[in-house]
Amino acid sequence: MSESIVVDGVAKQFTLRYHRTLKQMAVAKMRGRDVSNRFLALDDVSFTVQQGESIGLMGLNGSGKSTLLRLVSGVMRPDRGSVRTRGRIAGLIATGAGFHPQLTGRENIYINAAINGMTEAETRGKFDEIVEFSDISQFLDTPVGHYSSGMAARLGFSVAIHVDSDIFLADEVLAVGDKPFKKKCMERMQEIRESGRTIFYVSHAPGSVRKMCDRAIVLEHGRVGFDGDVAEGIRYLKYDEPKGTPEDDIDDELGSDV
Amino acid sequence: MSETVAGAGEPPRRDVDAPLVDPAANTGLLEVFQRRYLLRLLVRREIQARYQGSFLGMLWSYINPAAQFVLFFVVMGIIMNLREIEWFGIHVFAGLVVVVFFGETLNGGTRSIVQNKALVTKLAVPREMFPVASMLVSGFHAGPQLVILTGVCVVVGWVPDLVGMAALLLALLLMCVLGTALALIFSVANVFMRDVGSLVNVLTMFIRFGVPMIYPFTMVEDRFGAGSLEAYLANPIAQAVLLMHRAFWVGTTKDPEATALEHLPDDLFMRAGVSLLVAVVLLGIAQWVFTRYENKIPEHL
Ligand SMILES: Nc1ncnc2c1ncn2[C@@H]1O[C@H](COP(=O)(O)OP(=O)(O)OP(=O)(O)O)[C@@H](O)[C@H]1O
Ligand SMILES: [Mg+2]
Repeated sequence: MSESIVVDGVAKQFTLRYHRTLKQMAVAKMRGRDVSNRFLALDDVSFTVQQGESIGLMGLNGSGKSTLLRLVSGVMRPDRGSVRTRGRIAGLIATGAGFHPQLTGRENIYINAAINGMTEAETRGKFDEIVEFSDISQFLDTPVGHYSSGMAARLGFSVAIHVDSDIFLADEVLAVGDKPFKKKCMERMQEIRESGRTIFYVSHAPGSVRKMCDRAIVLEHGRVGFDGDVAEGIRYLKYDEPKGTPEDDIDDELGSDV
Repeated sequence: MSETVAGAGEPPRRDVDAPLVDPAANTGLLEVFQRRYLLRLLVRREIQARYQGSFLGMLWSYINPAAQFVLFFVVMGIIMNLREIEWFGIHVFAGLVVVVFFGETLNGGTRSIVQNKALVTKLAVPREMFPVASMLVSGFHAGPQLVILTGVCVVVGWVPDLVGMAALLLALLLMCVLGTALALIFSVANVFMRDVGSLVNVLTMFIRFGVPMIYPFTMVEDRFGAGSLEAYLANPIAQAVLLMHRAFWVGTTKDPEATALEHLPDDLFMRAGVSLLVAVVLLGIAQWVFTRYENKIPEHL
């Protein structure tokens, strides 16, 4: 087996407020307040993922999961440490798949696929499949800005799974989809997993992580709090504490986000 | 690139024979031109967006410059009656083509990254793609203007000549390289301070009056001392306008040779050639600046 993702001592710092007006700056200076305000969204994160592993990335809101995915996908660069990946990467980062709101679904499919490294012929060949999976064929020529958030998420997921990638990133893909679509997605992700592609799956639903992943990483305030067995990881997060009713179990499985 | 190997009993293994690399690494402008298909999609999208929902569509890119041309012809040539300049409408319009090309590259390029924030914050793509696409879109719109300009020139008896076509190419190339270099720097600056967009707007206003377009170059020669004339002529946009005059307007006058002598500075090609070299160096610097600050782009959007 070969290493698929190597994250080594990564830190990412953000500034809390970016665009200040001259007036705001002057007022802050006069009152002697600190003008710079930075914080570490990720701090000394290290782990290695082998090709074909399926990782469940968990943690509370704001713990840095999406930020980590941005670093792995190459959208952002770490301030310290290094990220190395092997092969093609595709996937969804945070909700909304990088669509242009003024463009139609059709145009967005082509651009999104091209950015993900697909050629024109490849996109053409898979176009019908993409549309069919997303089930939005009726709205193909409507600007994506007019889509419901679920529809946009469907389309984004559909493009991402049709890219022949070696690493698949999925951040809250299931957060806005309806139940039938969530089920369809889970099945498709299992297929991706079985084909030996590396999966990096972010979810707040322990049930779906248990089903999908063979290793869990838990982030706590930007640090790796736990890295190992899925069941233990879920216990670590204490998501399991109150024993749910059967109905809760289904929710738990399909991933309803808080 | 990779294949799936079905192991006995185990889940299938996928062997990826690619090296471990930094997922954010890219080669900047080089990569932009390697990914021509994506670039073409972005350019086409921008062009279509401009005429979206319009009945005449692309025809507007002819109607618009044609109307401008008629206006200049009537207002400048007939009402203001600048008799000492032959075909003053052509004089203005020839300059306008490169000035508008440059201005649109600058304005569009400066806003390009902020405008594409949906893509920039979610997908790994060389960010140089967006200012370069803006430049190509402006270039695309310059096409119809050149067609109209050429048409009018032919009607008044102009015949293309080799030196003139070289002047046209040099003018376009100079504006293209310089425009891309500045667009790169301004696009990233605009991410950190949205004031840059407004600043560039003011700048393009100055450009229109800093070139011998709505006034003849002879006027500059008369009013300026030798020193300030040199400074005026060092402006690459002024050089491009004068090159356009050489390419089109000079040939429409009664005595082209005398016109060229009177209305064009000496060593125009030399000056523009030097500017082109400077612009290429500036493009290199712009790429360096861009790469330096690019890291911080997504989080500031
Ligand atoms: N561009 C940005 N500028 C400033 N702060 C940011 C930026 N992006 C993320 N952050 C901050 O970094 C922290 C981690 O955010 P991130 O989106 O990675 O959290 P998350 O684990 O994905 O949370 P969630 O479960 O809600 O999706 C948050 O505190 C967030 O406010
Ligand atoms: Mg998130």
